[in-house]
Amino acid sequence: MAKVNIIGAGLAGLSAAITLAEQGYECNLISNFPSERAQSVLAEGGINAALDTCGEQDTVENHFEDTMRGGVYLADPNAVWGLVQNAPQVVQRLADMGVPFNMENGRILLRSFGGQNKKRTAYAKSSTGKFLVYALIYESRKYEARGLITRFCHHEFIRLLLEEERGVRVKDTYTGRQYDFVGNVILATGGINGVFPGMTTGTVHNTGDVTATVFAQGMRLSNLEMMQYHPTTIGISGKRMLVTEAARGEGGRLFVNREGSPWYFMEEKYPELKNLMPRDVVAREMYFVVRREDTDGQVYLDMRGLPGDVWKRKLSDLREELLHYLALDPAKEPIPVEPGIHYFCGGIDVDERHATNLAGVYAAGECCSQYHGANRLGGNSLLGAVYGGKVAAQSVMADGDMKPQDGSVRAVDVSDAFAGEASPALIEELGKHLYEGLGIVRSEADLSKALGLVCELEDTCNCQRETARIALAKAILKSALARRESRGAHYREDYPDRDETFQRITVADAGEGKICISWKDIPERRGV
Amino acid sequence: MREGSRIQLQIVRRESTEAPPYLQRILYETPDPNATVATALTDINKNPNQKDTEGNVVTPIGWECNCLQKKCGACAMLINNRPMLACDTKLSEYGKKGVIRVEPLKKFPVIRDLIVDRSILQENLKTIKAWLEEPVLLKDKQYDVAYEASRCLQCGCCLEICPNFYAGGTFAGTAALVPVSRLLAELPREEQKKLAKAYREHVFEGCGKSLACRKVCPAGIDVDKLLVNSNAMAIWKKQL
Repeated sequence: MAKVNIIGAGLAGLSAAITLAEQGYECNLISNFPSERAQSVLAEGGINAALDTCGEQDTVENHFEDTMRGGVYLADPNAVWGLVQNAPQVVQRLADMGVPFNMENGRILLRSFGGQNKKRTAYAKSSTGKFLVYALIYESRKYEARGLITRFCHHEFIRLLLEEERGVRVKDTYTGRQYDFVGNVILATGGINGVFPGMTTGTVHNTGDVTATVFAQGMRLSNLEMMQYHPTTIGISGKRMLVTEAARGEGGRLFVNREGSPWYFMEEKYPELKNLMPRDVVAREMYFVVRREDTDGQVYLDMRGLPGDVWKRKLSDLREELLHYLALDPAKEPIPVEPGIHYFCGGIDVDERHATNLAGVYAAGECCSQYHGANRLGGNSLLGAVYGGKVAAQSVMADGDMKPQDGSVRAVDVSDAFAGEASPALIEELGKHLYEGLGIVRSEADLSKALGLVCELEDTCNCQRETARIALAKAILKSALARRESRGAHYREDYPDRDETFQRITVADAGEGKICISWKDIPERRGV
Repeated sequence: MREGSRIQLQIVRRESTEAPPYLQRILYETPDPNATVATALTDINKNPNQKDTEGNVVTPIGWECNCLQKKCGACAMLINNRPMLACDTKLSEYGKKGVIRVEPLKKFPVIRDLIVDRSILQENLKTIKAWLEEPVLLKDKQYDVAYEASRCLQCGCCLEICPNFYAGGTFAGTAALVPVSRLLAELPREEQKKLAKAYREHVFEGCGKSLACRKVCPAGIDVDKLLVNSNAMAIWKKQL
């Protein structure tokens, strides 16, 4: 088989590369930056697995049920079963690679996370994503030295090659030269944060350009309306910054001042899971309480009751961060928080094997629509990235090349229509319209207005990346318009109830300049 | 209510590796009291009509950034002659005299403007063979070292300030010491030997102990602790 081309060197890309290398397959690991700069390093709270080290009789079946319920039954149950069943092994393998998970007497400690009533989240204080990435970098380095993984840092994705051969066209951002890499492709390019510039907890270089480009090239996308708002974020210069769910997992409480005294609204409304309801529920409750006339309009995260030992051993990094950015000590003062866009549950449509509708092209990690349905559980994204990357690599190995490919890298000396940069002004304006339409609470009127404003921008497009971005923006809005119900991260005030006729996946296709939204049934769960 | 900033940003620019450097002065004003050098560079690049103090249009400034919250290490540069992360440098703190000077790191080849090629960091770790061959079992007592060592951003600030490091030399500096410390802490005694040899050659022997690195590390890594720990295990053969 020709060398596999992996786009993106975060957790999903690294996991795919290592899986291939372990089996003796070669790959090119292509990314804008080295792995140390990937968005995966920002993931904080932990990674889920039914390790049951806390004596709560947790099982894989419990993890399955929580993930399906959290995603409001919009995820592929067979894919989710694979995820949860393999989770203990994934986490153990990461520990074997030297990830400094919080441990006690040789057993991995677990913490509580949203939407789950068992302790199931393995963690390394609140820097879990970073430590996972670092362990995989060490592992990748071993295979780089052996020639199985070839890194191409500072190389930017231009477009897929879908003609005679499968492959990718990339640009070396240092020299400006373009190259065609022939061979199967795994996209591991992360969430489309740049569609909402400065408004998410993600990174600058997850621009959304890859998803927009492949969409224009015929890639099917799904569940685009399922954008997750994380309940607890703070505004820092240029972006939203996450305050980990572990803050609540370790005992943090949300309140709003109502008629002069604190009202712990989550605890009153949801006595069972309290502050650890799934993120969609918490974010929505926050949205409504700040709009009540009897409150002062600001939700606070109260961590004053956390024992000193928790601050020292489990959340020292979070405390430092809040002191640094807000000059507030969370052990002594409540922290003002707001929901912020955090995770894109939808994206490139993949089957259970992480194959896309384009033969020879696979996708894993946040760029794809897998495992999380209408709302992702905290702790499932790191798991989904590591496991998804592995499954994508296994599928590539099983499928082989569509036809013999020479696996070459060729310099190309032509200007590519997809290589032009979108203008920052257009990106900004587009983001503003989308944000207006795609809030925590949505309506036909707001979505239609946003769609109208986005369509007006079409005439101003100067390059293919701009056109592709607008098409992606329209696809998100049209998916949200089509779903006339409320489910998970998608809440419609004009259709506030869940409607079982919509227990289907929204699918977006771009053909002949027209965006078409259709529905796909969710596969039946196979017997296990 | 804290105020915003009004500063003159002096940027050492260069169109390409071969092109001569030039200084561009740009006035930047923001109402954001928390604005950083990263905020300023982002805003300047967003404005197609941005002019410098001589009235020339400012072409897009090449620089690298990604997380904007000092977790990815991409935006390391020289700011007022000190290696720092642009996203962690508040204008209100560092622009007190109304001027902030921004340059590319000098220990690495410049690609253009503020972008430098830091691939030597990865290459050095490959030379040292900084990886695990077998699964490890992390013991509780090694946790603190493994944790501290995993916090490294690989930004290169420590190498920039180091009087002993130069790209292409044998000494790989603190950017190698830190990741290797994690492995030394995790590896069983008998497997430490090979790594210990590389550690002696690429870290221990080249380090002049100025420890300037610990003052500039944007992650605030406890370099002393890692150095003591790794020296004990790799050089003095003590099992801590």
